[in-house]
Amino acid sequence: MSEFVLEMRDVCKSFPGVKALDHVQLRLHPGKVHALMGENGAGKSTLMKCMFGIYKMDEGQIFIDGEPVQIKDPMDALNKGIAMVHQELQPIPARTVGENIFLGRYPMKKALGFISIVDHKKMYADTAELLKKVRMNFDPKQKVGELSVSQMQSVEIAKAVSANCRVLILDEPTSSLTANEVEALFRIVEDLKAEGVAIVYISHKMDEILRIGDEVTIMRDGQYIGTWPASELTTDDIITKMVGRELTNLYPERHNVPGEVVFKVEDFTSINPKSFRHVSFDLRKGEILGVGGLVGAQRTELMEGLFGIRSHTSGKITYKGKELNITRPKSAIDQGVAMLTEDRRGSGIMGVLSVADNISISSLDQYLDFGISINSKKVEQLVQDNVKKMNIKTPSSKTQIKSLSGGNQQKVLVGRWLANNPDVLILDEPTRGIDVGAKYEIYCIIEQLAREGKSIIMISSEMSELIGMSDRIMVMCDGRVTGFINGADATQESIMALATQFE
Amino acid sequence: MQNTKSGFGKKFLDVIKGNPIAVLLVLAAVIVGFRVDNFASWANFGNLMSNTAVRFLIALGVSGCLITKGTDLSAGRQVGFAACLAGILCQRGDYTGRLWKNVPEMNIALVFLIVVAVGLVFGLVNGLIVTKLHVPPFIATLGTQTIIYGIALVISDAQPIGGFQKIYTKLITGRIGNTRGFHLPYLLFVALVFGLLFWFIYNKTRHGKYMYAIGGNEVAAEVSGVNTTKTLIRIYATAGVMYAIAGYLLAAKSGGASASMGTGYELEAIAGCTIGGVSTTGGIGTVPGILVGVLVFELLKIILQFLNVNPYYNYVVQGLVIVIAVALDIRKYIAKK
Repeated sequence: MSEFVLEMRDVCKSFPGVKALDHVQLRLHPGKVHALMGENGAGKSTLMKCMFGIYKMDEGQIFIDGEPVQIKDPMDALNKGIAMVHQELQPIPARTVGENIFLGRYPMKKALGFISIVDHKKMYADTAELLKKVRMNFDPKQKVGELSVSQMQSVEIAKAVSANCRVLILDEPTSSLTANEVEALFRIVEDLKAEGVAIVYISHKMDEILRIGDEVTIMRDGQYIGTWPASELTTDDIITKMVGRELTNLYPERHNVPGEVVFKVEDFTSINPKSFRHVSFDLRKGEILGVGGLVGAQRTELMEGLFGIRSHTSGKITYKGKELNITRPKSAIDQGVAMLTEDRRGSGIMGVLSVADNISISSLDQYLDFGISINSKKVEQLVQDNVKKMNIKTPSSKTQIKSLSGGNQQKVLVGRWLANNPDVLILDEPTRGIDVGAKYEIYCIIEQLAREGKSIIMISSEMSELIGMSDRIMVMCDGRVTGFINGADATQESIMALATQFE
Repeated sequence: MQNTKSGFGKKFLDVIKGNPIAVLLVLAAVIVGFRVDNFASWANFGNLMSNTAVRFLIALGVSGCLITKGTDLSAGRQVGFAACLAGILCQRGDYTGRLWKNVPEMNIALVFLIVVAVGLVFGLVNGLIVTKLHVPPFIATLGTQTIIYGIALVISDAQPIGGFQKIYTKLITGRIGNTRGFHLPYLLFVALVFGLLFWFIYNKTRHGKYMYAIGGNEVAAEVSGVNTTKTLIRIYATAGVMYAIAGYLLAAKSGGASASMGTGYELEAIAGCTIGGVSTTGGIGTVPGILVGVLVFELLKIILQFLNVNPYYNYVVQGLVIVIAVALDIRKYIAKK
């Protein structure tokens, strides 16, 4: 018997043109939380996909209980006791919780003695049992589409637990959870630890790692940097090892000076009675207004309403005293409002198109010759300007954007909006799923824009980001604005108090 | 120098790897050319050109729908309808079997404009159903396909239409050179002009960029300020115009028309696009690719014909090629994961 429940030795994996994993090691103790850390593109997800049988390793070996094993595909991984909760959840929204959990392995029974049919009674009873185990109390027969993101995640974890897994991979499980939900998740993790499950925990959030991690393995550019007990590391140590250089500040110094009020929203109300209502706020020239609140506070919905993606019944938006008439994103853009949406893959990038096409799509009017033909030199100039300004790493302007890392994709999208030279820029979770180095660069870009006199609204679920970047913070709860806090005076507690006002 | 040579060689290999079906069929054509008399003849060459030209126009029309993850199943019936309408309006004034006896003999240029206008209307209707009523393109165009066939039967009285004005058939079946020797059909030039026009639209205009953006990610396109509704309506309307032009040409080329003309052309056009690299997952497809795809599909038909294959089997072979082409296309994306 080995001391490790699972061990990966000298794993190598190459993709055309990139060595994604170069002799990487991973050793998992039973009953321990093993944090896997590294910037985006460091190879964490690739390593996990090798473990879970999604990718085939070029070199290296996997041992379970000291025995060498081959993992052919995800089904095989599950049978060997490895379960994975993916970063992007993939539930089937129109089916029930129970059906999602037991998908592909429904409990069966015999009808009339010879026809195999699904044993729904057993399935839902087992589901109820599992949900209790992950401390969730919703109905096993509820449709998954009706659940919140965190509840869906619990369903995924319940699914993993139901497979009696010995190794559970959690890939950025908290990226869309609120503080309360994170606590709930941590309790589940503690329960699983007590049962001897080894947990691989991938996250960019240092405080979480230091709180629940027992061991930390750090990767950089596909290389294995090392493994340490979490108690021996500080946040700075981890960051230094991840980026390979010292990072002195998490947030840039802010030199922007908020000026006069330019953008006003009054009594803005959604057509959906459960969504945002009676929202009023001002925004100054050169100001960064943070928007805080729990998931479900309708912050995204409000901003999408302002940007014309969602409809509203009443309310008035003015810019410099002139009323704006926004009916769809196009009209918002024409009137100087831009919005970087939350879901980069769903509503941001056009994956198969080139970096150049992605960056220029909303400002094509500017590159026309004779009013009709797009001048590709001007587009190329736009790409190069942005590449230089924001340090975008891309092989060429013709590269498909989906092959860039998350941080670089995000920079391209920021570039898309800046090309229109908007007055008001709404950023919805601008650093979600982006590594520390790229985060800092994005913060610098935001600060720079505010200094240039643009008014910025930034939704963020990361408290430290809100406090570190905002001149003022607007907090929402249950579709309503519950208060404003000056960035300098804000604390996690003061924001939480407003964010939970109606709970 | 050595370097550029190997670079070109590698590129050539990439092209072959990317289009195995095209390569196989060209090889087959070469072999058939050597073994079967008359295959490698100028007459056959000219025939292939004019057939490809008409199909290319239809494929160009449907390509916009495919690139935006839609489809247009009404393409074939629209071609048939346009052929009927053009045929009826271009009948000689003194032809005894004239369908619309109280309409005077018409100028064929005027007929062209009428046919194109009606095609535009059909295309607009498709676009409006898809964008305003949010009916999936597959179902929307399945519906209009049937409707348009019905209208074609009504206006043609389900009769074959003949007795065209000489100038109509002569102009469209005309060629530079002699049929016995090297010659270039006029239709080839029509196809070239539209090929260049579409290349320009797809690569150089906002409309083209918007089309690829919608195919790449419709939500992202809308959020980026693309008027997706307007762009999609334009795409379906343009498609309607292209089918109308193809129908107008086809009636003259065949010297007659009927409501059943153009049956199955939508599938040939979709197949041509797919063989030519228009991806069924959206956002990808080029005009040269579409041309190659259509050409290869026409080549396949001619090869089968010269090999004396029972024409009924042609459908089997063509269907197989379509499925294989899409399967190979999808493989490219699966392999990348």
